[in-house]
Amino acid sequence: MRLELRGITKRFPGVIANRDINITVEPGEIHALLGENGAGKTTLMNVLFGLYQPDEGEILIDGEPVTFHDPGDAIAAGIGMVHQHFMLVPVFTVTENVMLGVESVRGPLGQQLDRPAARKRIVEISDAHNLHVDPDALVEDLPVGVRQRVEIIKTLYRHSNLLVLDEPTAVLTPQEDEELFEIMRSLQASGTAIVFITHKLNEAMEIADRITVLRAGQVVGTTTPTEATLESLAEMMVGRHVALVVDKEPATAGEVVLDIEDLVVQDDRGHVTVDGLDLQVRAGEIVAIAGVQGNGQTELVEAVTGMRRPAAGRVRIGGQLVKLEPRAILEAGVAHVPEDRLEEGCVPAFSIAENLVLNTYYREPFSNGLQLDREAIQQAATGLVRDFDVRTPSVFNPVANLSGGNQQKVIVAREFSRPISLLIAAQPTRGLDVGSIEYIHRRIVAKRDEGAAVLIVSTELDEVFALADRIAVMYQGKIVDILDPEVATPQQLGLLMGGSRPVGIVEAEAAGERTHVVTSGG
Amino acid sequence: MTAAVKAAPAVIVDRKAIRRQRFLGVAYLLMAAVVAYFLTGDLQGSQTSTFLLKPAGNQGGLDVPSIVVPSLIVVYLAAAICAALGAIQLVRGFGARWAIVLGVVVVAFVFAFLTWAAAGKSMSLIGILQLTVQKSLPITFGALSGVLCERAGVVNIAIEGMLLSGAFTGAVVGSATGSNLIGLVAAALVGAALAGVLAVLAIRYRMNQIVAGTVINIFASGLTSFVASRVLQSHRELNEPTKFSSIPIPVLSDIPILGPMFFSGNLFYYLLFALIGLIHYGLFYTRWGLRVRAVGEHPRAADTVGINVIFTRYRNVILGGVVAGIGGAYFTLGSTGSFVHDMTGGRGFIGLAAMIFGGWTPIGGFLASLIFGFADSLQARLSILNVSVPSEFLLMVPYLVTIIVVAGLVGRVRMPAADGTPYDKG
Repeated sequence: MRLELRGITKRFPGVIANRDINITVEPGEIHALLGENGAGKTTLMNVLFGLYQPDEGEILIDGEPVTFHDPGDAIAAGIGMVHQHFMLVPVFTVTENVMLGVESVRGPLGQQLDRPAARKRIVEISDAHNLHVDPDALVEDLPVGVRQRVEIIKTLYRHSNLLVLDEPTAVLTPQEDEELFEIMRSLQASGTAIVFITHKLNEAMEIADRITVLRAGQVVGTTTPTEATLESLAEMMVGRHVALVVDKEPATAGEVVLDIEDLVVQDDRGHVTVDGLDLQVRAGEIVAIAGVQGNGQTELVEAVTGMRRPAAGRVRIGGQLVKLEPRAILEAGVAHVPEDRLEEGCVPAFSIAENLVLNTYYREPFSNGLQLDREAIQQAATGLVRDFDVRTPSVFNPVANLSGGNQQKVIVAREFSRPISLLIAAQPTRGLDVGSIEYIHRRIVAKRDEGAAVLIVSTELDEVFALADRIAVMYQGKIVDILDPEVATPQQLGLLMGGSRPVGIVEAEAAGERTHVVTSGG
Repeated sequence: MTAAVKAAPAVIVDRKAIRRQRFLGVAYLLMAAVVAYFLTGDLQGSQTSTFLLKPAGNQGGLDVPSIVVPSLIVVYLAAAICAALGAIQLVRGFGARWAIVLGVVVVAFVFAFLTWAAAGKSMSLIGILQLTVQKSLPITFGALSGVLCERAGVVNIAIEGMLLSGAFTGAVVGSATGSNLIGLVAAALVGAALAGVLAVLAIRYRMNQIVAGTVINIFASGLTSFVASRVLQSHRELNEPTKFSSIPIPVLSDIPILGPMFFSGNLFYYLLFALIGLIHYGLFYTRWGLRVRAVGEHPRAADTVGINVIFTRYRNVILGGVVAGIGGAYFTLGSTGSFVHDMTGGRGFIGLAAMIFGGWTPIGGFLASLIFGFADSLQARLSILNVSVPSEFLLMVPYLVTIIVVAGLVGRVRMPAADGTPYDKG
């Protein structure tokens, strides 16, 4: 199938999400759509999938203009979409999820589900592309990588010959990335065209035949991996030169600031997710916890910052056993950039100024014990907005109205603007564009250089390698290994994150000065 | 710094399970104490309790002998069972079988209570059981209505109001037209109309569904009470419908115990059984059901595969209204024969509790309704038997059971994931 988007424009009140977009996807081509968050990639795909109607322009399939009123039309035309957030019903089996909407039926009324018939086709599709999916498993029991393959089966089951993958690698480990790329190549070989939406430059370079870059709702250009370099793509994406690597001096580690001993934490459902964890972070170094999402990182950070009561273990900050409550921890000189910036990082309905004093409002100079000093708050906020380059018309605007990158800058400004000895940041750049990532990374390194101990939790390997002085790999609630980023390879790290111990890691450990042999309990 | 990760504790202790184990153990021991102390006080060693298992007026069918038991011995036996199970529960627990044990203890406790109440007398056990089914009927209709709505993702707390309106409409239309069948159809239509209002508020205007349902309940209660006091008082001929008569099913109604309970009722009994079967089959074995459940669990996923979420929700809520309307008509056309204000007495809410207890399934909802029906029936029978428990306490029994059951289930059963959340296409 040859897909052509011609002059697509989509306006929302106050913004033009897509402006005069022209893209052609040839049959059997892997076409990467590269752009920052907010560049208009998702809007464009929603137009293609019939979720939005374009204000101008047309969609052509094999040269014929088509109109999609809803996803059903797009599916009927052979377009399949794997959404970033999976569209699977957790309590249904794989078979039920795949057949939903195009059910095989039997019986006199033509209403009774024919599960065996659907199951048979799913097994056929799964075998044809080496997808290894059990059709009878409940989706909620499947790991993310498998769920994604179920989504792919869903589209193939509907005879798609153009597949749209929306940020498919965001939830995967590096090994799963490779498996996905294998599947994409297998689909390509059978003639399926693939639109691969991403903001990760190296992935586009690795898998795509052609790359189209979007910025601010417009096509900046179309190129190929052979013509482009990472630097040129980044510049196309952001619109200016970007430093992809953070410049940083080697760490000069000092005293142990954070000392976690035998920590056990349970999640909301009572499952033990942090399982006897030990970790130390020293002043002047950045320790990055690498791991696939859901291996206890969230609960670890919550426990150490006082957001969740641990079941067992000790946490020392600056040599002192601290009462694990947010206020006490905050007063001990700990800054926390939480994982979910809108839920835990700020009060979206409050103004920027109010959000900037959320951790200091009760003290001088912002309060005299009874009353807030509005003027002092406003002055401090104006200064911080300038220092941290928050793009906003005024400090009185609600945080909810800012872009994700600027919201994160507000949180970083609040947490970094007081003297701290320990910084804990979970997914500090999730969902941010390259420009904001660069900025926040520089700020984190600057804090380290001032002598703070820094603990980063990230599922992005690029971020881990960019920031870490030591990499702690977390798997099933334990630190399974500590690596030196100078020696470790992404492949090694990926295997450890997936729970297997790669061969040859012992040599790497022997070579690394700051790495240590860890004997895991499991 | 050599970081040696220590081995994890071998046994991960589930604190909640331990707390539950202790709570249940203490509760069983308390129940044993209540039985052994309060229920034996005025019993003589020679007294027996007689339970009749054949309905009084029933001449046909097989002869079912009555059960005669020595009162004091049975009560002590029940206390011993409760105490023994409570002790084991406290010491080592029953693991996954805790629910079965709980059932055994409750049955022992209830049987001890009945034995005490019937000491030196004879009690119609079959009467209690027949009344159980009767009382559970409207509750089950309510539960089915809830299943239809909530499986599609709309919380229907207006079932109470729909039952009440159905009861009222059934009586008035049935009397005015002289046909109870027309009354039944009218009740179903009124149920559908109220459900339509709920659907528009909840689906189109995305109003808070609890508030929307409550508004409908207040409206239904106010309007029916007003008309009942203003019109039906002076025009009694509008409140005298002919009830549906019993249709015992040949052969089936002769089965001992079960026959009189389930197969000797009127049209509503068989309508209900048909609906239970139909909805169960529909939800879990057909295309219709798969789509309904998808809409209730993950509406966006359903939308992306071309299922019309909004239409599905409207249709199911209105179907739920039809079922609740029919259930309401049972009060007047199937049971008492005339409308009294607020006669549903919270049965719609108990129906919702039964739906939750039954895990949002039709059959589960029916079984749960039988438990509530039993509590209701016990209350009614005991007040006739002149038991030395104040009648106010007896009247509380069905509601107490509801609270205990629902509270015990909190966080245990899983509701449809999108239940109560309006769908925003965004």
